[in-house]
Amino acid sequence: MLLINCPLCGPRAQAEFNFERPVETIIGVDVPTAELVERLYTRTNARGPSAELWRHARGCRAWLRIERHTVTHVIASVAVWEPQS
Amino acid sequence: MSGFRLPDGGRIDRSRPIAFSFDGRVYSGFAGDTLASALLASGVMIFGRSFKYHRPRGVLGAAVEEPNALVTAGQGGRAEPNTRATDLFISEGLSVTSQNRWPSLAVDLGAAIGLAAPFLPAGFYYKTFFGGPRLWLAYEHLIRRAAGLGPAPSEPDPDHYEHRAAFCDVLVIGSGPAGLAAADAASAAGKRVMLVEQDILPGGSLLRDAATVSGMPGTDWAATVCTRILSRGGRVLTRTTATGYHDHDLLTLIERLVEPGAAPSAIAQRLWRVRAGQVILAVGTIERPMLFTGNDRPGVMLSSAVRTYIERFAVVPGRRVIVAGCTDDMTLTAESLARAGAEIAGLIDTRKGDALLAAQGAPVTAVTAMIAGRKQQIRCDLVAMSGGFTPSVHLHSQAGGDLAWHDGCGAFIPSTSRQSQLTIGAASAAETLADVLAQGWCAGGGNAGDAPVTNAPASSWHGTAAQPDVTPRKAFVDFQNDVTASDLDLAWREGYRSVEHMKRYTTLGMATDQGKTSNIPGLMRLSANEARAPAEVGLTTFRPPYVPVTLGVLAGEDGGHHMAPRRRMVLHAEHERHAPLWQPLGYWHRPRAYPRAGETLHASAHREARAVRTTMGLTDVSTLAKFDISGPDAAEFLEIVCATTVAKLGIGRGRYTFMLREDGMVMDDGTVWRLGETHFLLTSSTGGSDRMDAHLSYARSILAPKLRVAVVNVQEHWAALALAGPQARSTIEAMTGAAAPRHMGASAVTIEGGAGWLLAASYSGERAFELYLPGDRMVAAWRAIETATLAAGGALYGLEALELLRIEKGHIVVGAEASGRTTPQDLGLRKMLRGRGFIGGSALARPALQSVDREALVGLEADSAIPEGAMLLSERGGTPIGHVSSAGERIIGSGGIALALLQGGMLRMGEQLLVSSPTRGIEVPVRVVTPVFYDAAGDRYRD
Amino acid sequence: MRGYSAWALLRGGLGGHRHWRPAWRSPEPRKQYDVIIIGGGGHGLATAYYLAKHHRVSVAVLERAWLGGGNTGRNTTIVRSNYRLPAYQALLEHSLKLWEGLSDELNYNVMFSQRGALFLGHSDSDMTRLAERGDALRCAGIDAELMTREAVAKLVPLLDMSDKARFPIAGGMIQRRGGTARHDAVAWGYARAADALGVDIIQQCEVTGFAISGGRVTGVETSRGAIEADRVGIVVAGNSGHVAGLAGLRLPVESQLLQAFVTEPVKPMIDTVIMSQSVHCYISQSDKGEIVLGGDPDQYPTYSQRGVPMRIEEVAGQAIGLVPALSKLRMLRSWAGTTDMTCDGGPIIDETPIANLHINGGWCYGGFKATCGSGWVFAEQLATGDVHPLARPFSLDRFATGAMQDEAAVGPMPNHR
Repeated sequence: MLLINCPLCGPRAQAEFNFERPVETIIGVDVPTAELVERLYTRTNARGPSAELWRHARGCRAWLRIERHTVTHVIASVAVWEPQS
Repeated sequence: MSGFRLPDGGRIDRSRPIAFSFDGRVYSGFAGDTLASALLASGVMIFGRSFKYHRPRGVLGAAVEEPNALVTAGQGGRAEPNTRATDLFISEGLSVTSQNRWPSLAVDLGAAIGLAAPFLPAGFYYKTFFGGPRLWLAYEHLIRRAAGLGPAPSEPDPDHYEHRAAFCDVLVIGSGPAGLAAADAASAAGKRVMLVEQDILPGGSLLRDAATVSGMPGTDWAATVCTRILSRGGRVLTRTTATGYHDHDLLTLIERLVEPGAAPSAIAQRLWRVRAGQVILAVGTIERPMLFTGNDRPGVMLSSAVRTYIERFAVVPGRRVIVAGCTDDMTLTAESLARAGAEIAGLIDTRKGDALLAAQGAPVTAVTAMIAGRKQQIRCDLVAMSGGFTPSVHLHSQAGGDLAWHDGCGAFIPSTSRQSQLTIGAASAAETLADVLAQGWCAGGGNAGDAPVTNAPASSWHGTAAQPDVTPRKAFVDFQNDVTASDLDLAWREGYRSVEHMKRYTTLGMATDQGKTSNIPGLMRLSANEARAPAEVGLTTFRPPYVPVTLGVLAGEDGGHHMAPRRRMVLHAEHERHAPLWQPLGYWHRPRAYPRAGETLHASAHREARAVRTTMGLTDVSTLAKFDISGPDAAEFLEIVCATTVAKLGIGRGRYTFMLREDGMVMDDGTVWRLGETHFLLTSSTGGSDRMDAHLSYARSILAPKLRVAVVNVQEHWAALALAGPQARSTIEAMTGAAAPRHMGASAVTIEGGAGWLLAASYSGERAFELYLPGDRMVAAWRAIETATLAAGGALYGLEALELLRIEKGHIVVGAEASGRTTPQDLGLRKMLRGRGFIGGSALARPALQSVDREALVGLEADSAIPEGAMLLSERGGTPIGHVSSAGERIIGSGGIALALLQGGMLRMGEQLLVSSPTRGIEVPVRVVTPVFYDAAGDRYRD
Repeated sequence: MRGYSAWALLRGGLGGHRHWRPAWRSPEPRKQYDVIIIGGGGHGLATAYYLAKHHRVSVAVLERAWLGGGNTGRNTTIVRSNYRLPAYQALLEHSLKLWEGLSDELNYNVMFSQRGALFLGHSDSDMTRLAERGDALRCAGIDAELMTREAVAKLVPLLDMSDKARFPIAGGMIQRRGGTARHDAVAWGYARAADALGVDIIQQCEVTGFAISGGRVTGVETSRGAIEADRVGIVVAGNSGHVAGLAGLRLPVESQLLQAFVTEPVKPMIDTVIMSQSVHCYISQSDKGEIVLGGDPDQYPTYSQRGVPMRIEEVAGQAIGLVPALSKLRMLRSWAGTTDMTCDGGPIIDETPIANLHINGGWCYGGFKATCGSGWVFAEQLATGDVHPLARPFSLDRFATGAMQDEAAVGPMPNHR
């Protein structure tokens, strides 16, 4: 079970968090259908570093961007989600 | 009868004799005895029967590695099958029974299978029992009864378990000399230390091999160190086993608060989840058996185990002993035996070219050995064997650490770590006590010069068994599963040559001892067959648990009846007054109907629904999901989430709305109310409330982070009731003294001192009002409205009546019509869709979702009741073209009505179809109609 | 392909079992094959077997490690065809029929035990959903029976039938032809039979890349050299995304862990497979006597094969809730398999955008039961280049067209499944 260092709460057990989705599958509304299909349904699914959206659902409920290795589970960074542009 | 108890010595409490029974016969031992030591002291040699051949078996080891001496401890719901006699400390009144034998341990008819052993080699079952699945079921019936070890439990477990979390700087697993020294040094340095020991006493090898440490007897030193750690604020957990090493230095420990079979005063076992800064693994080694014919016979024991029984329990397991092996451990054991007065019948040192060839008798009566080049038969009643020691690498390996072959041990030892673990002591191949103490002290952060000192002589436990010239094909490698060397050879010849194939084909290492004594001997055999070094052949993966763990303690306090929370509405007690039928809905329980004495569910639901249609009915809708959405951009936000228009709502107005998943399927539906210019209330289904909460949060934080809007889940803030029926308006107005809002209007309201909202929304098809009050204000309002309702001839109504009412009105429900596979178009909601700007909108353009052949919502009518869930067919025997998603009967009048999802949807209007439920033996002819069966124009609730 | 029988065992017993031949050869890879199958799990080996049996083609199976070492050897061995949606029903029922003859077909006892697959219902609405599924199955000619509460209690006497249970049992639905099989034996049996038909099974051979020219695949690069082929099939459950990635493809797949565990063996106590409509665990007892338990996946992407311990704790609590007598049994072994979780829960059986490169994967946590049928349809696809009709609903483009096969009806996020 991962230990995730929530920037707001400190290190907490994975049981408090929900994985939401890979960052690459975050899609705004009204993207063209073809793009929506591509981004919603396909994944790099890397055996290696992965950028992911998690939520501290049973904690502060913040949305977090987590850079994590999918084989070693080493967490490179945890940050409160910052909207892009 | 060969074992006996010495008159003094041992770490048992002779002032506390303990009586227990084994197979109905009463024995006695002392506090501090294991079942094995107490029975060995009484001369018992046969403890159990092996898995496959039912061979009589005694005790091999003295701790968790034991493959043979398995018993059922305790009785009734407390019975623990497959308990190791070596890992069970006796308690007064303990009742123990032997296993896998019939009729008795001494006379086991199952042993007849041993006669057929030549025809039942490894994997024999893959090669026979052909003739089809029916025949296999018959064979399997017999095989299953012959297999299995302990008896199947049949009663609920009366015991309680708990989970606890802990954190520490340094977690030390194992309280042998290495672990003690490490924990002592770390706590001296001010670290928060946890020291974990699976035995009831600290000390590890010091309990068996006397030595002085820091100038005092080793066991005294162990106790002193533990006291010191405690006094520095550390924690020492005895009878606690580290069973799993998980990601990010999380370890699971199992603490036994009472022994198997005993009744606890409170908690039986505790599961600890410990997150540690550093993990020091001082877990020692496990001795290996030697391979010779008859090595499984009762009376053949591990050398270190024999010494443990003598030194720790003052029990000498035999009087005339053969000591054999390839390590210095045999010397220590021979000395110990001699001190205890046993006769050494022979020393067989394979390092000198001697060989132990075979053992005879059950229990053992003699061995055949090659000593100094001469083959001879020697009488004995005990064989102590030392085939080398295997470092316990389980936890290191579970943590992702690498292993390296160590020639001295003839086994793998830990190499690279992937987490914060460090292995020390014998587990890292350290040999002498002095080395071990120094290594432990330094691992705990102490200076090498301050390490505890010892007087113990240096002796080598390293050593690999030389392969005897004659291959002992019938030597057992995995004792419990009866896997012999020849089984391993056969698997290899048949092509099962990866270590995993060998394990799975022969079941090597898959017994309850998890291969603790058999993995390395098995690997050596494979290595010899492959003519490759053991390191190249490799090991099977180590996974938790290190020792078998009771399911009860895994579940902890959250198991069984507590596997999921039970949620009660604030009005629960109000409903209870009417003794309703309850219906589970997610975690909630809601009244399903309020039957009168003798009334069926069906009759009750129809009476309640009729009351709504004719006078009025009152129901509790508190479990609905509710979200308070406010801020200057609240309307804009809602239009992202909702597929209908929202922004155009006037203040004090509401509307029906629905939300889509990103793939365009209808996710949930409900109502949205504009309570103020920038203030909205959104309701949605009970069952989908958690999902909707996450969805709104995602939309708010990820998709629309710039909007000035606050989304608050107010599901539990507002309790809610609905009053529906022709008299609802007058009743509400009488209570509030004000005009109630017109259809889809909202107004602030105060009732019985509670301030909230009155919403005019109709789910039932009648004029209806939903009253939202803070949870702590609702009881009084409910009571007042209930009184008024009942006085007017109305009724309370439950979910069943609600279903009848909404089906008659053709309202969809999440989970039935909004199944998660239906689009707005499928559900006849297309007209309400906005053009764009909402989640899921652009997914709807996909061609398969536009097809007119899709299953879409229709109504069905029949003369009789229509079975819910049944298939729709064009004709008998046809392929389903849809199914009945919800079904009921007309509330006023008669006949079955239903909502259905049908290929082609309303294009089939007027068609006669067949509803078929083969599982219930029902067929009903139906007609496809518009999915509204009552007051299609909505005249009954519009103003 | 014969050779295994009671008589042969008898003969072996008298002769020290010296006459048994290796179940499969260990050939060196040739330079070229008609068809290369990447992945020596149950599905890949079944594909190879049916290819060799029904079509005149040369076939190699390339396995990175050891046969059956992926999800074939890491599941809870449940076999059933009682799905709700027609596309699954058709493929899995075809599979189930093959299961019924498999031991004799392969001359290898895979211990397919039709002990019944029971779904428990815990409320009237659960029972309605079970009836819906049962009716759909029966209309499709597949066996399904609804069971009353009393019948369920009789079938599994150790179930907690009391009203006090957290999810009281209202009844059930059983597929009597469902059950369990010995998972390793399925891989070994197919391997032995395929080998006997001339298939080269090459273990310790990792595919490291694809030879692609002009939009067509012409072979693979491996740790044991390049091998040419007319057609290549990827059958690497759990690693589909990774291997497809070697060809530059991205899939609707997320790799997640599914854990399972067994208890110590005891005498027979549960004679059927127990699943539940409301409680997310499944329970059966192996022939050896071990209780086999599993639940939901770990619900986040990982290739680690190291599971979250709380998932197992949760399953233990649920299992005890259903069968209280399990509480004193001990977990003996646990394991985790990397599953290809797809965006609708269905497999992917299709030709990729790269010509002659085919894929069969994305079986989520339900692939074992499909082994035979999956191999059957994929063999035809690799032999002819055309997707078998039973596999067509599971095309790669179904997400683009909107024709998802969403049995669980939970949408595109694999971690909600």
